Amino acid sequence: MEILDEITGKDYEFGFTTNIESEKIPAGLNEEIIRVISAKKNEPSWLLDWRLEAFKIWQGMTEPEWAHVHYTKPDFQAISYYSAPKSKPKYNSLDEIDPEMRKTMDRLGISMDEQKRLNGIAVDFVMDSVSVATSFKEKLGELGIIFCSISEAVQEHGELVRKYLGTVVPRTDNFYAALNSAVFTDGSFCYIPKGVRCPMELSTYFRINEAGTGQFERTLLIADEESYVSYLEGCTAPQRDENQLHAAVVELVAMEKAEIKYSTVQNWYPGDKDGKGGVFNFVTKRGLCDGYKSKISWTQVETGSAVTWKYPSCILKGDYSVGEFYSVAVTNHFQQADTGTKMIHIGRNTHSTIISKGISAGHSNNSYRGLVQINSSAKNARNFSQCDSLLMTDTSGAHTFPYIEVNNSSAQVEHEATTSKIGEDQIFYCLQRGLDEEQAISMIVNGYAKEVLNKLPMEFAVEAQKLLAISLEGSVG
Amino acid sequence: MIEIKDLKASIGEKEILKGLNLVVKPGEIHAIMGPNGSGKSTLASVLAGREEYEVTGGEVVFNGKNLLEMAPEERAREGLFLAFQYPVEIPGVSNMNFLKAAVGEVRKHRGQEALSAKDFLALVKEKSAMVELDGQLAHRAVNEGFSGGEKKRNEVFQMAMLEPKLAILDETDSGLDIDALRIVAQGVNAMRSPERSFIVITHYQRLLDYIVPDVVHVLYKGRIVKTGTKELALELEEKGYDWIKETVA
Repeated sequence: MEILDEITGKDYEFGFTTNIESEKIPAGLNEEIIRVISAKKNEPSWLLDWRLEAFKIWQGMTEPEWAHVHYTKPDFQAISYYSAPKSKPKYNSLDEIDPEMRKTMDRLGISMDEQKRLNGIAVDFVMDSVSVATSFKEKLGELGIIFCSISEAVQEHGELVRKYLGTVVPRTDNFYAALNSAVFTDGSFCYIPKGVRCPMELSTYFRINEAGTGQFERTLLIADEESYVSYLEGCTAPQRDENQLHAAVVELVAMEKAEIKYSTVQNWYPGDKDGKGGVFNFVTKRGLCDGYKSKISWTQVETGSAVTWKYPSCILKGDYSVGEFYSVAVTNHFQQADTGTKMIHIGRNTHSTIISKGISAGHSNNSYRGLVQINSSAKNARNFSQCDSLLMTDTSGAHTFPYIEVNNSSAQVEHEATTSKIGEDQIFYCLQRGLDEEQAISMIVNGYAKEVLNKLPMEFAVEAQKLLAISLEGSVG
Repeated sequence: MIEIKDLKASIGEKEILKGLNLVVKPGEIHAIMGPNGSGKSTLASVLAGREEYEVTGGEVVFNGKNLLEMAPEERAREGLFLAFQYPVEIPGVSNMNFLKAAVGEVRKHRGQEALSAKDFLALVKEKSAMVELDGQLAHRAVNEGFSGGEKKRNEVFQMAMLEPKLAILDETDSGLDIDALRIVAQGVNAMRSPERSFIVITHYQRLLDYIVPDVVHVLYKGRIVKTGTKELALELEEKGYDWIKETVA
């Protein structure tokens, strides 16, 4: 299969940079920098204090080393913690957007107007440290839905932010969460009022543009009683030789009978085929099923980043609450991923489902790490976990680290795991029917990941399928 | 249709085909019989372009083109179809999507327009009925959870959808009960035409009661050692292969 080498080197499609004037503060991290960030964002004093305390906590922490990944630790003093496109940071109308920015959005396939209206998706676009545009705010506003950047929410809905910020992922949670709490710059905020079913998909698109910056976004999503929301998140970055740090925190709160569907297609720059460059994606995502019969489901398609460290989790506190985690993680070349979930059962009759599909190609390493914890209070809790790994080459690795802690004898916990190698027989069968090798691999891999892809909203599912195919082109060996 | 001259092929160090000659004309059905290990399935794999087999000599002309120079998918698009002895399962990929992609590629290669969804469905309905394949199977994943008989019928169904010029049936009768055998044969017979040829590889004469060949060959130790009419198959059924082995020795 000589054509393999040829196409393995397929370029990262979103590796361009945007020439746009930006304002970037000097590299380094100290109290003063945090004060500057807070001042630039015109924040109330409670938030500045909150950040400074997080910074103190962070200073006392060490970077975690337990994950099955190897990399040179970032120099936190060499990163600039704030970068914003210089022209008007927030636009009143879409016509005002800088033409260069507009071009960027077009190339990324984000149109803030007609097309998305047809698809019924509201978009918040975050470039580097700031949110640049949010669509459909008015229409959502009529239903009492708040969907805006978190900076804006701090200004206009300060009490809500203050009430929930850090309640699901406390500042003390881990090294990156503490760092994010100290320096987060922007992200999305969403509140769905009682009894409201959000009529469209809400979406945030994250983009790192500036060199030498990190992206630290913070997302907070609150679904009040009996509400429903489906939220999508996409991310890309330019192709750069140095590693860029992305350390986000996402917090979800679902109250009684509320349901949150959170979907991510993560396509940060993975580095080149020799493992140079790429984004370090160290993310803490957690949802609290606070109320009776609340439900949170995470769906992720992870194809990007040089190193991924990410465990979207659910705390099932409300009785009869439900947590779900559906994941496809692809690693190629020298990418490393350590990803999975935590399902913490506290309430009675709580249910969780974990479906994880890992795909390893090239010289990459792909690990599933998951915790199912049944507390003593969680009577009749149930979990089902299925972790499958597909190896595309002899030089790639697949690892599974399941942790199960059961403290209530009425619990039912099931765990299934498989590892397989993509079959030459399967590929040959496809070739014999007239498909070429790329089509064959794409078809086999998408079939393998189907259970998870089916959970994505329609428009995203199509995108994700294409992305899987591109990430794996010519990767069988 | 296909002209095989002095074909030699090995797997690893072992030479399996040792100078095989065969000419199949348009519209003909040739049966290839022979004892275990004589090279029957190797011939099918080499013609379809499996990588594990190394062609060490000879040539194969398919419709005036050098077959051995073509990639496996090009051979398929040129109209060579192999009904596998052991069809693989492809979990999560529906039969319909799989066939849609395959039919699309083959039509594109022939310079035909893509089928509309409606026409494609109509074709599926027509061809699946031909092999009495349950409509549900078309929507299930490729061969996943299919019985042995269903897998073989699915092969013939795919063949009917792709309308090849030359179809090679590699022990399609193995593991089939008499009813399934009849259905498979019925499908093949319905596809007989003056432009289409078949190479039917089989162990048993039984299949040839249903698919009546024009020519019967005996393959032994990598060569065709005897060629005759359909009566040769009956003779083999009666006498076994030993007398052939003796004549060759």
